[in-house]
Amino acid sequence: MTADLKGTAPAVEPVGTAGVDQPPSTEPILRFQNVGKRFPGVIALRNVSFEIERGEGHVLLGENGAGKSTLINLLGGVFQPDEGSIWFDGAPYRPASPLEAFSKGIRVVHQELNLLGNLTVAENLLFEQLPSRRGLVNFREMNRRAAELLAEVDLDISPSTLVSRLGVAQMQLVEIAKALAHESKLLVLDEPTATLTSKEVDRLFDILRLLKRRGVTTLYISHRLQEIYEVGDRVTVLRDGQHVTTRPLQGLGIPDIVRLMVGRTVEDQGVFRDDILPSGEALAVEGLKLTEASPEISFSVRRGEIVGIAGLVGSGRTEAVRAIFGADPKAAGTIRVNGQPVEIASPKEAVAAGICLMTEDRKQQGLLLDMSCAENITITDLKRLSRRGLLDRAAENAASERLVASLRVKTPTIFHKVGTFSGGNQQKVVVAKWLYRGSSVLICDEPTRGIDVGAKAEIYELMGRLAADGKGILVVSSDLPELMSICHRILVFSKGRIAGEVLRAEFDQNRILSLAYEEYGRARGN
Amino acid sequence: MPEGTERVDERKTGSVWDNFVRISMREAGVAIALVVIVLFFSATAPYFATPENFLKIFVQIAINTVLAAGMTFVILTGGIDLSVGSVLALCTVVGATIMVNPDLSPWVSIPLALIACMATGAACGAINGWVCEKWKVPSFIVTLGMLNVASGLARVVSDNSTITGLPQSFVDFGNQIYFGVLPSIFLIAIVVIVIGWFILRFTVFGRFVFAIGTNEEAVRLSGHNPRIFKIAVFTISGLTAGIAAMVFLLRLNVGSPIAGIGYELNAIAAVIIGGTSLSGGKGSIVGTLVGACILQVLATGLQLLGAEDNVKPIVIGTVIVLAVVLDTYRNRLLRNLEAR
Repeated sequence: MTADLKGTAPAVEPVGTAGVDQPPSTEPILRFQNVGKRFPGVIALRNVSFEIERGEGHVLLGENGAGKSTLINLLGGVFQPDEGSIWFDGAPYRPASPLEAFSKGIRVVHQELNLLGNLTVAENLLFEQLPSRRGLVNFREMNRRAAELLAEVDLDISPSTLVSRLGVAQMQLVEIAKALAHESKLLVLDEPTATLTSKEVDRLFDILRLLKRRGVTTLYISHRLQEIYEVGDRVTVLRDGQHVTTRPLQGLGIPDIVRLMVGRTVEDQGVFRDDILPSGEALAVEGLKLTEASPEISFSVRRGEIVGIAGLVGSGRTEAVRAIFGADPKAAGTIRVNGQPVEIASPKEAVAAGICLMTEDRKQQGLLLDMSCAENITITDLKRLSRRGLLDRAAENAASERLVASLRVKTPTIFHKVGTFSGGNQQKVVVAKWLYRGSSVLICDEPTRGIDVGAKAEIYELMGRLAADGKGILVVSSDLPELMSICHRILVFSKGRIAGEVLRAEFDQNRILSLAYEEYGRARGN
Repeated sequence: MPEGTERVDERKTGSVWDNFVRISMREAGVAIALVVIVLFFSATAPYFATPENFLKIFVQIAINTVLAAGMTFVILTGGIDLSVGSVLALCTVVGATIMVNPDLSPWVSIPLALIACMATGAACGAINGWVCEKWKVPSFIVTLGMLNVASGLARVVSDNSTITGLPQSFVDFGNQIYFGVLPSIFLIAIVVIVIGWFILRFTVFGRFVFAIGTNEEAVRLSGHNPRIFKIAVFTISGLTAGIAAMVFLLRLNVGSPIAGIGYELNAIAAVIIGGTSLSGGKGSIVGTLVGACILQVLATGLQLLGAEDNVKPIVIGTVIVLAVVLDTYRNRLLRNLEAR
C-alpha cells in the first residue's frame, strides 16, 4: 500500500492557478524553523524545526499535550509563533487570522467541523466567494460549481441540502471539497477519522489518494496508528512540545512509533505510595450504560486505591465519569458509595452522596474565573459558612487561607481572581474546592493537563495523601506514564467499553496501548 | 508559576498614581461620571442646583430605581426581564382596585393592597423564571411574552379604565417630604436598594447570583441546582415591580392598565449604565442607583438648559451607549494595570 502511493507522489502539477506561474519546485512546501510558542504557565512548542515536502502525505503524531494542536493552530492562523518562523511555498508565512491562512492556500479541517449548519452544502462550499451579480447570489451558478466539487470528492448529495442534515462523514467530505474549491495547496486534517465508521474511513482514504495524485500536500493527525500507513509517506513525532523525529514511515512499526511518542520513562513521574493498603469498597459501578445501545460498564474502586482510566480521546472515558457524577444523563446502571446504593441524577445528588468530579476542562466547567480564589474554594459548601443565609466571611477567609497554604497555591492573596492564575495553580484551586467539601470518592479527569512538571508532582503527591486518608480515587488521563506511576491498576477504555484491566504488577505501556488501540484495529477489518 | 509571585512585587511597588487610578476606576467609575454631570449642569443650567430641583429629581427616579433594583438581580445571572413595565401596570390596577373598595377601611386596604401588589408581581416573576428553566427558553422571549400577558390582564382587571379615588391618607403619605429634599417615595427606593445591596453582598443567595452569572455550568458541577436560584431572581424582579407599582400609586394616585409602558427599558438602561454586565457575573446594585440618577439628571438638566424635547432622547440614547463603551475601556485599563 505504502509503496504504490509513493510512486504517484512526485512532480504532479499543482491544482489550480496558484501553481501555474512557477515551475514545479523541489523545495519543501512548508518549513518550520525553530518555532516556539508559549502560553501562560506552559511552553506549548519549543524550537521545532522540520519540513514537509511538496505533494507528500505527512503524518503528525504525539501524545495529547505534545503540541500538535498548537502547531495546527499556528498553520491555521489562530495563534502566531513567539519564536522562529514558518515558510510556506517559498515565502515567510505568518497569518494573522484563519481567513488569511485560508487565502494563502492552507486549509485546516478541524476535528469539530466548522460548517454552517443552517446553510446549504453549496453555500458552505462557496461561502467565501459566492458567485454573484450586482450583489445578488447567482444560485444556478453556485449550485453548478458545488455539484462539480461534490463529484470530485465522490459525494452523491444535492448541493441544496442543508448541512445540518448530513452525517459526520459527509460533512467531512464537504470540508475537503471546500479545500478543493479554494485550490488549497496544503490540507491539514485533524483526527478526521475519530468519529467515522470503518467504511467511511476507507472512502476518506480513497479521496485523499485522489487529492494526492492532484498534487495536494496533506498534513494528517491521528491517534489511530494503524491507518497512518494508508495516507502517510513520512511522519513527524512531537513530544512535550519538542520535535523528536521526522522520517519515512516505511519500515517503521507501530511499537517503534509508540516508543518515539512516549519517550519518557515511568520514573520521571509521580511516586507510587506502596505504603497504602486499599481496603473496603469506596465506589462501585454496575451495568452503567450511557444510552440504551451502549455497552455496559462495571468496575469498583477501593478505599485508599488509585485506579486509572486509560484510553484514546473519544473512547468514552470522560462520558463514563460524567455519567457517574450525574453531569450527563445515563440510561441504566447502579452506583454504590461505601457500600450504600445511591440514586444519582444530578451533580447535586452525587456531591451529597460523597462523589466529586474534577472536570477535564477546568476553565469552562471547574472554575469561576472572574471570582476570587476564596469564592471558588467555598462554592462547593456555602451552607457550612452561613447562618440563616448570611455568609460568615471571616470563616470563609480562614478556611480558604488554610487550604491555600496546605496545597501551596501560589497567589498573593485569597482575594485574587483565579482567572489570572497559572494552569497548575488553577488546578490546585479545583482540588481545594473539593477538599473543602470533603468526599469519599474523588474522580479526576485529566488532572494534570496543561500544567507544568512541578505542579504535576504536587498534584500526584496530593492524590497519594488523599488515598492514604482512605478516599477512593479514579484518575482519567491520556498521559500513560503518569497513570502507570501513581495507580494501583488501570482500566483501559476503548469504544465506550472497558477493553481490559491491567494490575500494577503487569503494567506495560505496549500492553495498555494495544488494548486501547485494539478495538480500532478490529473495526478496520484487519 | 513564577509570574504569580512577580506580580505581587509589582503590586507593592506600583506608583501611587497607578493605585489611585486602579481603585477609583474599579470602585467609583460611574459615581465619578454622575458627579461630573451634576457639576456640569450646576454650572451651566439655571435653577439646577436648587433644593426644589433635587427634590423633583428624587421624586422622578423612585419608580425606576425600584424596578432597576430587581432587574439588577436578573441581569447579574445573565438573564433579562422585559416584563417589569406591564407587570407594574397590572399591579397598579390590582392595588388600586383594593384601595378604592369603600367597604374596607384604609388601615386594612392599604396593607392589603401592598401585599397584593407584591404577590401579583412575584407570581408573574416566578412564572417567568419557571418557564425559562423548565423549557430552557431564553428569558428575553419568556419575559417578552409576559410583557403582553400582564398588559392584557391589567386591562381585564381594570375593565380598560383608570382607577382613581385612592384613600386620602395614602395620597398624603405619597406627598410627604422629609428634611426638605427627601420625598417618601425616594426613601422607599433607597430602602429597596439597601436591602438588595445587603442580599447581594452578605448572603449565600447573593453569592450564587454572582457565581451563576460567572459560570453556571461550574456552579452545577460544584453540586448545586442553579435553576432554583434563577427562578428566584425573576421572582425578585417581579416583586420589585409590585413594590414599584405601589410607588407609582403613591406618586400619581391612579391605577392604570397603560402605566409603565417602556419602563423596562429605563430600568435596563439604569442597570447597564451602573456598570452591570449584560452577560452576568459583574456589577453592583449601588451602581444601578447611580445609573438611575444619571439618566434622570441628564433629562432634567437638558430640560433646564432649554434643550428641545426632541433632543433629549438623542442625548440620553448616546449616553447609554457611551457608558457601555467606556466600561469596556475601563475594564481594559484595569486589566492592564493588574497585569503590569
